Amino acid sequence: MASITLSAVKKTYQGQVTAIHGLDLSIADGELVVLVGPSGCGKSTLLRMIAGLETITSGEVRIGDTMVNRLEPAERDIAMVFQNYALYPHMSVRQNLEYGLKNRRTPRPEIDRRVTEAARILEIEPFLDRKPRQLSGGQRQRVAMGRAIVRQPKAFLFDEPLSNLDAKLRGQMRVEIRRLQRTLGTTSVYVTHDQLEAMTMADKLVVMNGGRIEQVGRPLEVYSRPASLFVAGFMGSPGMNLIPAPALAGIAGGLPDSVGPACGTIGIRPEDVALTAPDRPHLRLDAVLDAVELVGSESLVYAHVAGLDSEVVLRTPGIHAGEPGQTLGLHIAHADLHCFDAESGRRLAS
Amino acid sequence: MVENRPFLGFLTHLVLIAGVIVVAFPVYVAIIAMTHTDVTLNSGAPLLPGAELISNLIAVWTFDPPGAPPFWLMVWNSTLMALIIMVGKIAISIISAYAIVYFRFPFRTLAFWIIFITLMLPVEVRIIPTYEVVANLGMLNSYAGLTIPLIASATATFLFRQFFMTIPDEMMEAARVDGAGPLKFFRDILLPLSRTNIAALCIILFIYGWVQYLWPLLVTTREEHFTLMMGVRQMAGAQEVDPQWNLIMTAVVLAMLPPVLIVIAMQRLFVKGLVETEK
Ligand SMILES: Nc1ncnc2c1ncn2[C@@H]1O[C@H](COP(=O)(O)OP(=O)(O)OP(=O)(O)O)[C@@H](O)[C@H]1O
Ligand SMILES: [Mg+2]
Repeated sequence: MASITLSAVKKTYQGQVTAIHGLDLSIADGELVVLVGPSGCGKSTLLRMIAGLETITSGEVRIGDTMVNRLEPAERDIAMVFQNYALYPHMSVRQNLEYGLKNRRTPRPEIDRRVTEAARILEIEPFLDRKPRQLSGGQRQRVAMGRAIVRQPKAFLFDEPLSNLDAKLRGQMRVEIRRLQRTLGTTSVYVTHDQLEAMTMADKLVVMNGGRIEQVGRPLEVYSRPASLFVAGFMGSPGMNLIPAPALAGIAGGLPDSVGPACGTIGIRPEDVALTAPDRPHLRLDAVLDAVELVGSESLVYAHVAGLDSEVVLRTPGIHAGEPGQTLGLHIAHADLHCFDAESGRRLAS
Repeated sequence: MVENRPFLGFLTHLVLIAGVIVVAFPVYVAIIAMTHTDVTLNSGAPLLPGAELISNLIAVWTFDPPGAPPFWLMVWNSTLMALIIMVGKIAISIISAYAIVYFRFPFRTLAFWIIFITLMLPVEVRIIPTYEVVANLGMLNSYAGLTIPLIASATATFLFRQFFMTIPDEMMEAARVDGAGPLKFFRDILLPLSRTNIAALCIILFIYGWVQYLWPLLVTTREEHFTLMMGVRQMAGAQEVDPQWNLIMTAVVLAMLPPVLIVIAMQRLFVKGLVETEK
């Protein structure tokens, strides 16, 4: 159990590519932090720097009270779960679980106790004597988890651990990992591409872009008050509609006073666009329907508004019966408008 | 060419069978010769088996032909040479492949290319300079002289390098997180994973060492270091007395045996390795 602190951490590959630009982050003891961001934004790099698999160009990584910059991965007392599991193919499941403990010269009875315990928690007892290749993807994933928990490390590091599983199993394992992490109370850093994982698992969500942190916060806080245009467009599927403020003002016949002059772009969540007028102060736009995507529980409606370059997406519950070419009235409550600075793209207080 | 005409089929079979006879006939003659006495053999090559097989097989072990050391000593020398070359080559190449694939050190690429270039320089090509070096180091007439120049091997290094590169990096990283240092990773993970590659190389390299003829001929002048391949030739070339063809042929057939046996013995491991990939 320990906290993890990164201060001014920077990573430059071969003196050329800078993957992480001086980044600060503190992770409290027992917390599960999820790193999300587009491909290539440096999530894996950051995780591997914490693990000790990648050197730290400058800055400091602390686990607990120890500065670990120069420590080998094993000395940092962390456990890592890899995307492709990286189980040792020639060892049985039991040997896979034991290997890390044996290398630390854990006494035999203690090894057996921990392996039995981990196998029980993860329900992999029937497979202990099988080789990894005789297991299904989901079972391998459990073994990979088991290898992490038997070590009882200070922190778990996950690099997209569920991305090789099918959607259903992913949902199941997501809940399970989250429960396990709560029970054990082990500090965890979890890298993912999956919005659902990010939103549901995180105590603290870190949105990264281009080697920098865009926003840190509780998942709902990040979702409801994105700190920048990038976060607004990235979080949610689909992300916010981003509309230039002057264009919107022209079409809607003015914007509410809460939208200040500095506002360059207005963000609107698809679920905040209503087809019927709400009884709050709102904007109204006339639009023409382009396409409807039926998900079952909800529908995504794509429409274009005369005078706007990009389409507007809206989310409406149930099945939306509409034909392309149909005219729609879009209603957006004033309170649901997110304003972003014209120059910096940062959120304007509202 | 794929027409199904009976006459063509007959013709192709005829050619094939003729080919087999040409290749197999000398071997057949040698095997038949194992079963006769030297008296019979000196008056012509019989084509039907005789009754002397067992006595020849016993006599050959103490057979001491003129101009060559006793048969058993040559078998010992050849075995030792082939084994040293096999073990030495595998040990050196797996270690150098490990270094090249898993470690960053200055001139790593250069080291790799130098190893690569030696692929184009087998012993036969560099035989004079190699002889010079071995002679200057005083290694003529020794097992070291017989084996060391043949051990440095680019092919095996290459093979292991290719194999190591197919092992995902995460395997090494998982081992590092699990507290395995470079030696432990090599011993606990890389070696067991390379088992089938090692078996395959054992076969190839043992046979490579066993059939060496030119190099032993060059570096050994004293009889006690003669190997079987060169010894057999010496036996047949002896001048003063009638050659004992029955024993010479027995020696020849026995010399063919180890490669055959090792292929048969290792084949099962070979196939097993191909069937159950462990990656
Ligand atoms: N060994 C390396 N040498 C040079 N550049 C690298 C190396 N590894 C990663 N990079 C670069 O660093 C940046 C961050 O890579 P990283 O793997 O951390 O991305 P990521 O956020 O994990 O992406 P993904 O979601 O696709 O896994 C990328 O631009 C990548 O090209
Ligand atoms: Mg990654």
